[in-house]
Amino acid sequence: MTAETAPDQEPNHGARLLSMWLLLSASCDPLFWFLAGPHIPPGRMSSSAATQQTDFNVLAMIAIPVVIGVLLYFGYALTYWRAKDGDDTDGPPIHGNAKIQVTWMAVTTALVLFLAAFGTVELWTQQGAGAGEGPSPIWKPDSSNILEVQVIGQQWAWTFRYPQFGGFETTALVLPEGQPIQFDVTSLDVIHSFWAYQLGVKADANPGVNNVAYTTAKQLGQVTVRCSELCGLWHGAMYDYGKVVTATAFQSWARQSEVQLASITRMLPPFALTYDPTNVPVLNEVLIKLGLTSAGGGYYNSNDLEQP
Amino acid sequence: MIEIEPGSVQQPGGGGDEPRQQPRQRSWWLRPAMHTALIGAVLGYVLGHWLGNYFASGYQQIASADSSDFPIVLGYGFAVIGWLAGLGVFNDLILQMLGKPVAANTNHLGGGLGKYFRYSLDHKVVGIQYLVAMVGYFLTGGLFAMLIRAELLSPSYHLLTASAYLEVVSEHGTMMMMMMTSVVMGPLGNYLVPLMIGSKRVAFPRVEALSFWLTPCSFIILLSSVLMGGFPTGWTGYAPLSIQAGAGMDGYAFAFGLMGISATLAAFNIVVTIICYRAPGMRWSRLPMFVWSMLTTGFLLILAAPVLIGGMYMILTDRTAQTGFFVNQVGGSSYLYEDLFWFFGHPEVYILALPGFGIVSEIIPVFCRKPLFGYKTAAAGMLGVAILSFFVWQHHLFDSGMDPDMRPLFMLTTELISIPTGFIYLVAMGTFWKAKIRLTVPMLFALGMYVNFLFGGVSGVFLSDVPVDTTSHGSFMVLAHFHYTIMGGLIFAFMAGIYYWLPKMMGIRLNEKLGKWHFWTMFIFFNSTFMPLFVLGELGMPRRVFEYARNLETLNDWVSISAFCLGASMLIFLFNFVMSTLFWRERETGNPWRARGLEWQVSSPPPPDNFAHIPVVLAGPYEYGDPNALPVADLNPPAGVISGALAGAGEA
Repeated sequence: MTAETAPDQEPNHGARLLSMWLLLSASCDPLFWFLAGPHIPPGRMSSSAATQQTDFNVLAMIAIPVVIGVLLYFGYALTYWRAKDGDDTDGPPIHGNAKIQVTWMAVTTALVLFLAAFGTVELWTQQGAGAGEGPSPIWKPDSSNILEVQVIGQQWAWTFRYPQFGGFETTALVLPEGQPIQFDVTSLDVIHSFWAYQLGVKADANPGVNNVAYTTAKQLGQVTVRCSELCGLWHGAMYDYGKVVTATAFQSWARQSEVQLASITRMLPPFALTYDPTNVPVLNEVLIKLGLTSAGGGYYNSNDLEQP
Repeated sequence: MIEIEPGSVQQPGGGGDEPRQQPRQRSWWLRPAMHTALIGAVLGYVLGHWLGNYFASGYQQIASADSSDFPIVLGYGFAVIGWLAGLGVFNDLILQMLGKPVAANTNHLGGGLGKYFRYSLDHKVVGIQYLVAMVGYFLTGGLFAMLIRAELLSPSYHLLTASAYLEVVSEHGTMMMMMMTSVVMGPLGNYLVPLMIGSKRVAFPRVEALSFWLTPCSFIILLSSVLMGGFPTGWTGYAPLSIQAGAGMDGYAFAFGLMGISATLAAFNIVVTIICYRAPGMRWSRLPMFVWSMLTTGFLLILAAPVLIGGMYMILTDRTAQTGFFVNQVGGSSYLYEDLFWFFGHPEVYILALPGFGIVSEIIPVFCRKPLFGYKTAAAGMLGVAILSFFVWQHHLFDSGMDPDMRPLFMLTTELISIPTGFIYLVAMGTFWKAKIRLTVPMLFALGMYVNFLFGGVSGVFLSDVPVDTTSHGSFMVLAHFHYTIMGGLIFAFMAGIYYWLPKMMGIRLNEKLGKWHFWTMFIFFNSTFMPLFVLGELGMPRRVFEYARNLETLNDWVSISAFCLGASMLIFLFNFVMSTLFWRERETGNPWRARGLEWQVSSPPPPDNFAHIPVVLAGPYEYGDPNALPVADLNPPAGVISGALAGAGEA
């Protein structure tokens, strides 16, 4: 099988490569789709997670033949086109091949345009696929019964507020199955990123900005919440757990929490989409009275005319 | 302008072949060099720090802050000026301002190692300075990586404290990113571009030398920030975390900005050199691919690095002068920083890819003994990557809450960039077709680059797809992706370049056997280190954490052990490099690879003026196997030929 064939019996390398590539791609793609595909993270616990898994697998169907093609080609070249010891001659002076170049460009362009169109459709039809859409989302779930959950990141903990239940605040994320969920993600200090791993939701928590992401949980179970944007010292330890429960269990939990936490909720700042932790009016008065600051706890003196 | 005088000077004031008028040399310790520069830097820091305290003490806001950043930043600024003054950078400028005659800069002359510690205006000396310095920075950054992996052996913190871990992560990332901007353009670009285009000199020798001498400052300042508690932001330095961080943050912003200045200067010099200093006959269609890659990289740096400098400057003023560019509460925006950073940061990623493409495209025709397949396609690929790289930066902000309808657009542009990148692969595959492949060490590294970058590039397409990116964003998947493109792509290509061009640069061949050991260990352990990181990221491990889920421990241990082996593989390289260049010194004066490149047509190492006469380029550098091909250049053109070539150079 080595390159001992005389030049006049030169095999048809192109046909050989093509058939080997077709055979390998045609066997590896289904293997991946059926064996690995259903296990690709983040699973199918929510609508957005399922979208991400599907997209990953579709991309893999294209990526696998590409990787196989290039590796196979280089392997083949190294097997058949190595110079023998003592062979100082040059190869054939091929400067290019217009047909191959144009075909290559056309195929890669078509693939790329398909991928871009596919990704856009998946974003559009899947309500942003679980990614943070900013303060004014354009792709929303088609439902009037959306559960709002506010996610507040601060160094280095997550808290959650449920505005439809009096705005109580908790560190335990509990979500209903089957109801579209709107996460309003914001931060009190630096940039964090809310990553509900199993739900396939990721949205940066920016100070002073509301970042909205949608998902619908499809299965019951535990959810890991991690911070995925470096936020300082204990970034590595900034995680939390949540759970998806049935819709009725969620309703009873939420109503119970609303009542139990009512006294604490009264002491919290009223629910808002963003918060400014440097502006705590009561604290500012105290600080000014004690003479500890003239700037009212804020960045600039509130009496300063030049304040932006 | 093309230099047309055959006996022209290489340096301002330096003579061609005539005996030089050398002033009597003072003893080495009285001449400006690195030791006087260090003294200048220390004095400068002390002066700047004192001045900063003097100014800042008048401001209540600053005086009452828990740490005073103003004196530190002013100290850094004065230290840099002191460093340059100690090197003698300003001597000639001051002499000129005073109207006194400026003596020729003779710092590059002499056989000893002394010239490498002085402010030399010879591009070949600067190239070697860059080479040694960059390898040093790379190994330092690599040691930090070893520490990171040692910490990640266990799912909770056991070796480093949480703050020390962040310091190490941030130092590793920033140091690597800083050195990677110049790792090819500095050593190989500065050294080889004039040789490849048939020039006796670069366009701006002083700018070039300055760009090098800013890098030690930049790296020392970055490292010194560890003494002040380091910085907790990683290489991205996101505000407002960077505004909130301690005094070590100033070192990051100052050093990164300074490196931006250095890279801009280096790029400026290279671009002007390539455009204006090509020998007659060196048409755009004959330009070596490496020069194309330096040209495109240079343009990217000139356009992108100033944005970084601006961003770093704004961080510094936010931290010292209490401006509020990135503070939401006073009308600033953290998005402003993210956009500024990635408007630099994404072209930066291609600044790290293009030189690698250039090196491997330069090397494969030599060892395939075939012309480069589709020369124009390769050049178009590089230009396409360079242009598109300015239109993709917001894919770093897919989850940040950016305008949502921008996301399909940036998904499209990001995916489009894989078309010109694909050209590079088409060119390689076409060149390998029915070739006479010789698996020398440079060729092995070039092949390694193509294999590694394939995984880096394909995973990049996954990341460009917003739904898939949602899980992968900010996870170890991203980390694996960019290590595959930078370490697996650029560093493999850089190694190929070192093994290929060191005979040219030093007249010394690196040991081939050790080189093969180096390649195989590096290739195997690189893949066994970074391939599992794709999986770790998808399994939910965010970047820059010291704690991870217990079920990921086995995989992390595997990665850590592979990483240590990868580090050991670097030791093989270091051993080979030091022993081959300092002790074994296997001489190589001719053209060991039988390459057609113009740089190989002069002796190795090249004479001080590169070419005795400006050559006339007759053919492209890749005409292997073509019996009718002209030699690449006429190194001794008959008198009068050059002016004739210049007259006809209009159409070139």
